[in-house]
Order: sequence, then structure tokens, then C-alpha cells
Amino acid sequence: MEVTSIQNGIIIDHVPAGQALKVLEYLKINPAKTRLALIMNTTSNRFGSKDIIKIETERDINLEVLGFVARQATVDIVRGGTIVDKVRPTLPEHIVNVLTCTNPRCVTSSEVGLDQMFHLAQRERGEYRCDYCDEKAKR
Amino acid sequence: MSVEYASQVDSVAEDSIVGDGAGGSDAVGSATVQSAPANASGYPSSLVGTSVVTLDDISTSQISELLHRAQYIDAHRKTVAHTCDGRVLATLFYEPSTRTRLSFETAMLRLGGQVIGFAGAQLSSVSKGESISDTLKTVSNYVDVVAIRHPKEGAALVASRAASVPVINAGDGGHMHPTQTLADLATLQSRFGRIQNLTVGLCGDLTFGRTVHSLIETLCRFGNVNFVLISPDELKTPQYVLDRINATPTCSYVEMSDLAEGIGDLDVLYMTRVQKERFFNEDDYLRLRDTYILDADKMRLAKPDMAVLHPLPRVNEIAVEVDDDPRAAYFEQVKNGMLMRMALESAVIGDELPGYEPLQQKEMRV
Repeated sequence: MEVTSIQNGIIIDHVPAGQALKVLEYLKINPAKTRLALIMNTTSNRFGSKDIIKIETERDINLEVLGFVARQATVDIVRGGTIVDKVRPTLPEHIVNVLTCTNPRCVTSSEVGLDQMFHLAQRERGEYRCDYCDEKAKR
Repeated sequence: MSVEYASQVDSVAEDSIVGDGAGGSDAVGSATVQSAPANASGYPSSLVGTSVVTLDDISTSQISELLHRAQYIDAHRKTVAHTCDGRVLATLFYEPSTRTRLSFETAMLRLGGQVIGFAGAQLSSVSKGESISDTLKTVSNYVDVVAIRHPKEGAALVASRAASVPVINAGDGGHMHPTQTLADLATLQSRFGRIQNLTVGLCGDLTFGRTVHSLIETLCRFGNVNFVLISPDELKTPQYVLDRINATPTCSYVEMSDLAEGIGDLDVLYMTRVQKERFFNEDDYLRLRDTYILDADKMRLAKPDMAVLHPLPRVNEIAVEVDDDPRAAYFEQVKNGMLMRMALESAVIGDELPGYEPLQQKEMRV
């Protein structure tokens, strides 16, 4: 499968297979308004299969949000049709107002004006827990 | 309710991520108010002004210090009776818990301080829709220390962040109840003179019992404890608690389902209630019910100096006949709970106990 390369922009590579749309949602990139190419379930030497997101035009994406939703992803910066830089997302210690706690007994379900805060509880498993009730984050 | 929350699983809210540059500590809610800047370990350098939402907010040496304070208080009740003269404690109990509230209030009264508060949200401004944060910002102006009980998990953390005075968590739903664990530790300390080098059996509902998880995790911080986890298959210890034991080289555990089988090895037997509604079917409950009732017959299998603990209230899991056994420590545990709350309330306010020598200074002099 061939997809035309982009000239200036970013390529989010090694996205877990089937997760590209979710990544766009977390990064708040609206696929209805953005010029991008989505390649899903293609072959990967490293992971067997993967998704790729190519976005034309420069975009500041939040690497910590990307680290949370797709920690194995890599980001290629493209200028003039060639990759000029590669960056890897970081796994954030703390995420604020990215997810909502699903525990109905959590104080965030009743108290108004609270930020939704999660902390990295277990690095190897990439496990996040709610700051308030310690419920495990669901993605 | 659950449907409403399930729909929010993937919802992405307004703001983005904020990195936590503070050394990546896993501890949450080291909520510190007033003085007491955190030291390099992430714990407050002093208990003065410190909120205790979970015992993870304070260091093991500070827990040892509280145990030592409580012993001093017990032996010098008259001497300490005016330690907190002029101080006021607020007990904000959004759900009724008579024994815990009385314990917090008695602790302050015995130190010479006074108490305000409410018991039951229908009596308070909550019934008018006031948030926890607003209530705490208001009450902070009136009192020197707050004890809060709330049905929602994490409510005490919200309270501690809003308050300008120390907040002590008196139970936030099924989440944390640090002063119960302090009472448990004080009971081990008074019975054995130590909280290490013990074989600690925990029996009953080990899945949902927050007191059990908190006790295991805190004992793991001190180390050198063997756990015997006695429960039906339906109510076994969650994996994250077992992981905590496994991560502690000096601690170990065995799991079993028969109390009579394990009781002979135990220094401590911590009983909890097995609730009928936790079982998937009635037959299992009826089959297992009696195996988790501690009675005189089972006590005959135990060591002569074993201590029986229970967070109370009990229903039928400890037969009344066991109360007269000198090994029954659960009413002593209630007394220790009050003493630990005296130790904690005076410590976070910063009132010195007359004639008291801190543990750490004592150690340095030796």
C-alpha cells in the first residue's frame, strides 16, 4: 500500500495497531479538519503490525499525552520531504484533565470544580491511578 | 449510575498534561499545609501542620514517633491533660460513624481542647449543596485541626487541599482510614513491644477490607513480617497487595482457606467480617460461614500469647466467649485508637506534651 509522503509535518509511527483514531482523539486532532493520512494495520518489523499517522503542516503535539495513549510510538519531524528529527514520547508522571475517573464512589463524581488527576503508579505496566481514589485508569 | 460513568471512559477533557517534576514519587496527596516543608524523601520534615490522608503521607520514623507519643500519653494522662488548652477540633462526619467520631472527640477533650462538628450530612450545609472545599475553607477559620469522614473516596484529599489547617482522614469511603491502622500498630506495639518479627494472620474478607490492606502495606514499610492470609477463594487478597509483600524482601506470605489450619503459627490474628452479600451463591456462604468464626475451640489451637485484633464492630465472627480470653485485644485496640488520635492531633497542631522526650532525640543520646 502506498501513501504519498508529506512535505512538511509530522509522522506518528509505531502506533499500536488499530489505535490511530484513539490517538487522534487524545491529541485533540480533528480528522475532519486536518490534512492527514491514516495507515492502519500495516506490517511492522518491530511489532508485527502497527498504525501510522501522517499529518501535513506543522503541529505541536503533546508528547506526554502521546506517551500515555501510545507509549511505543515515535514521532518523525518532516521538513522539505525528508525526516529531519525523530522524537520519542515520554511517559508522564502526572496527567491532568485527560481522562475521567470511572469509579462512581470517587469524590470527583460529586465534588464540583476538581481537576481529573492521575499519577503513574507502575512504570513497567504504564499503569495510572486516580489521585483521589486510587482507581486504575481505563483507556 | 454506572452507565453514566462508563460513557465517560474515553472522554478527553479540556486541559493537557502537566509533568510532575517532583522526583516522580508514587505517593499521592502528600498534602502539607502551613509549615513543614517536604524533605528530600518526600515526607514532611515535621508532623506540625501536616495533613494525614493516608499513612503514606508520613515516614516510618514519624509513625514510630506517634507510637512512642501514645505510650507516653497513656502513662502520663494527667500530665498531658492541658496540652491542647484553647484548641478546637472539628469533626466533619458526612456519614455517621459513632465510634470513630467519639474517639476523635474524646482524644481532643482529654488533651484539654474542645470540639465542634456535625454527624450526618443532612444536618450540615451539604444538604444545601455546599462543596467539600468550601466547607473546609470555612471551617479552617474556626478550628486548629479537622477530622473528616466522608462516603466518597478521595474526599479527605480534597479537604486537605482546601483547608489551611491540618486535616486527618477519619475514613473516606472504602479508600483509606489511617488512624485505624495506627490503632492496629499501637496494639501490636503494646502486646509485643515491637511491630516487626511477627507472624500476622489476617482472616475473613481480604478482598474488600481496607483496614487489612492498609495494615499489610504499612507493616511492609517496616519489614520483617510473615503474613498468613486466611480467606475463602471469593475473598482473597488482591494482587496489588500481594505485589507489595513480594516487593519487600524481608516479608513473605502464605494463603489458605482454613483458619484452624493456620492459627497455631500466628502471633497475631486479625479478624474481619465476612459479609453474606460478598458471596456469589448462598451455598458457599453457608458452607464457609462457620470456618471463619473464632470461638473457644479454635483458640485452644493458638499460641498462649497470640493477640486477637478486630477493627470492630463485630457481628458474629468472634464468639462472645472469646472476649474473656486474655488474648482478645480488640477492646484494647479501641483504647489504642484513642491514644493514637491524641498523639496525632497534638502532633499536627504542634503542641508539645509536657515532659515528653521525642524518640529520635532519645536514640541520639544513647
